[in-house]
Amino acid sequence: MSLKHKHLLSLAPLSVDEITLILETADSFKEVSGREIKKVPALRGRTVVNLFFEPSTRTRTSFELAAKRLSADVINFSPSSSSVVKGETLLDTARNIEAMQADIIVLRHSSAGAAETLARGVKSSVINAGDGWHEHPTQALLDLYTIRERGLSFGGLRVAIVGDVAHSRVARSNILALTKLGAEVRVVGPPTMIPFGIEKLGVKVFHHLDEGLRDVQVIMMLRLQLERQGKALFPTIREYARLYGLTAERVKLADPKAIIMHPGPINRGVEIAPDVADSLSSVILDQVTNGVAVRMGVLYLMSGAS
Amino acid sequence: MAILIKGGQVIDPGCVNGVADVLIDQGKIVAVGATLQAPAGCTTIDAQGLLVLPGFVDLHVHFREPGFEYKETIQSGSASAVAGGFTTVCAMPNTKPVNDNQAVTEFMLDRARTAGLANVLPIGAITKGSEGKELAEIGDLRRSGCVAISDDGKPVMNSLVMRRAMEYALAFDLTVVDHCEDLHLAEGGCMNEGMISTELGLPGIPAAAEDVMVARNLSLSELTGARLHLAHISTAGSVRMVREAKARGIKVTAEACPHHFTLTEDVVRGYNTLAKMNPPLRTGEDVQAIKEGLRDGTIDVIATDHAPHATQEKQQDFTEAPFGIVGLETALPLTLALVEEGVLTLEQAVDKLTKAPAAAFGLKKGTLAVGADADVAIVDPNEQWQVDPGKFKSKSRNTPFAGWKVKGRVKTTIVGGRVVFESAAADLA
Repeated sequence: MSLKHKHLLSLAPLSVDEITLILETADSFKEVSGREIKKVPALRGRTVVNLFFEPSTRTRTSFELAAKRLSADVINFSPSSSSVVKGETLLDTARNIEAMQADIIVLRHSSAGAAETLARGVKSSVINAGDGWHEHPTQALLDLYTIRERGLSFGGLRVAIVGDVAHSRVARSNILALTKLGAEVRVVGPPTMIPFGIEKLGVKVFHHLDEGLRDVQVIMMLRLQLERQGKALFPTIREYARLYGLTAERVKLADPKAIIMHPGPINRGVEIAPDVADSLSSVILDQVTNGVAVRMGVLYLMSGAS
Repeated sequence: MAILIKGGQVIDPGCVNGVADVLIDQGKIVAVGATLQAPAGCTTIDAQGLLVLPGFVDLHVHFREPGFEYKETIQSGSASAVAGGFTTVCAMPNTKPVNDNQAVTEFMLDRARTAGLANVLPIGAITKGSEGKELAEIGDLRRSGCVAISDDGKPVMNSLVMRRAMEYALAFDLTVVDHCEDLHLAEGGCMNEGMISTELGLPGIPAAAEDVMVARNLSLSELTGARLHLAHISTAGSVRMVREAKARGIKVTAEACPHHFTLTEDVVRGYNTLAKMNPPLRTGEDVQAIKEGLRDGTIDVIATDHAPHATQEKQQDFTEAPFGIVGLETALPLTLALVEEGVLTLEQAVDKLTKAPAAAFGLKKGTLAVGADADVAIVDPNEQWQVDPGKFKSKSRNTPFAGWKVKGRVKTTIVGGRVVFESAAADLA
């Protein structure tokens, strides 16, 4: 079996079987990262370009490691070093990269839809590594992988996604994937952070964290973008932390075996208390480890190397 | 030179609707009646099976000159206008520099005369630089030829400044035009806020951003007695408030654009920058409300908001791409589709393109009455054609209607008694 899609722009068009295929492919690559020599020749001779228009350390490094462990040649392009400052359009930048025979372009951009726009204009495969508030498909896939690794199955799984859902691409991708797999997804946050009509995506909305956490098996905390304080989304960081911060006390409301996730980077003491972030229930660093394996799986499947 | 237009269905809304001849001489309508005699040396146009209408009046175009000539010039915009049957167009002041003074107004009028196609009537800015702070020299603008005032696209947010502008405009019998948008509510938005913006992860512009400003403007018009014209209303809420305001006798007119009664926000899917305009495309319910407003007369005017942008600008990603589409060359068939659908009678549709817009700004245009300027559009209501932006007379190609099969085409446009456009056989392919 293989993916029926040339690009990975969104999780919306992926079938349950395709998501499962990605997770299973990641399984076989996870083992590679544990070896002394962390490399397989699967993508030897292929070129992967990381085109990052937004600052990102974690995601870019993760993609870079994933590609390198598959023996692909990797180029990192970022705005400061590229011609973006010279006024070149996204499409022209990408076409130039393509003209150098890139097989896969991994794009991070501040505008929703940038990956889709790019995919229409180039022959290379495009992987969306985050576009505005829209989607971050590989983050959701690594979250799924991490949930599954903990022995949880998706059918009926109770998941709470907590925080600024409106401005979160991580939330959108996770909602799409988890509901598709049959999970019961809740979003929790003040009404200013819950986007219009989100219920129609099949989620339940909670404005009080204590209610939203009751009996959930997965708690997914979102990063609070501190600079949004000036946008009237929340009054103060202090109040946000009191109302929506995850504390050890609140974790007790969830299922006793609940796991705690966060896409990082975390604001300790804001959306998540330090003791919770460091607790045994926290899988935050597993997410990072699994990110490499999942991205290896995605790169491998997208390259058509199978 | 005299022109006799023979045997067409003449519609001069509220006056004439039937088969008649129209005689033009010395740039004026000389006679309208059955079987008129052609004077010696007169050109005859056979209009059998065609509609003979007053030339269309568009209260809302952006001709980009001075400052953005790469998008459109007064020459190319005028050519686009007459190709679409528009003989009079009102050009918004968001040029560079802004049309907030006599010199820019005179420059625009001079360019329009040189182009020699449509009547291009400038709309002056309300405030200096359209910055919303100090009033522009509105008296001077009026004297040099502006027909209305507006800070279109940069709505006057300060309600006191808007109040003063309305009061001041009264002295010059000028209509105050507002693009109703609360810039705080709309901040950063690039499409309608709703389910689709949630799915696409795009910042939304809520309907309320328009509604609150419509409400404010209606209140200020009531307070000052100023003649208010609401540009491109797009929400059910706006329609409701205007309907209520009119019932109470407030001096307000409103316009709707063909895209707002033809398309919904669904067209944005796929991050289609040709579906990005401001106000944004709204929901199906809003489209229904706009149609109902057009039908019952709440919305007086159909205007295009012709907003040319260069291809490379619309090739940017969705959030970066500028708002707006061209509209002059597609307005007629999209309006006639409302007649086909039973929303408007043919005469109502013609009224909203001619007499009603002229009345909103107090222009002596939009009629075929004897003695009026001989501005005429001759239209084949049944001709089917496919929209091909490559054939537009406009410099820009930014339309979401490319490839659409539409019905109704301008055959001949006459401005001031001169034929300025004839649809050539080559255009009919």
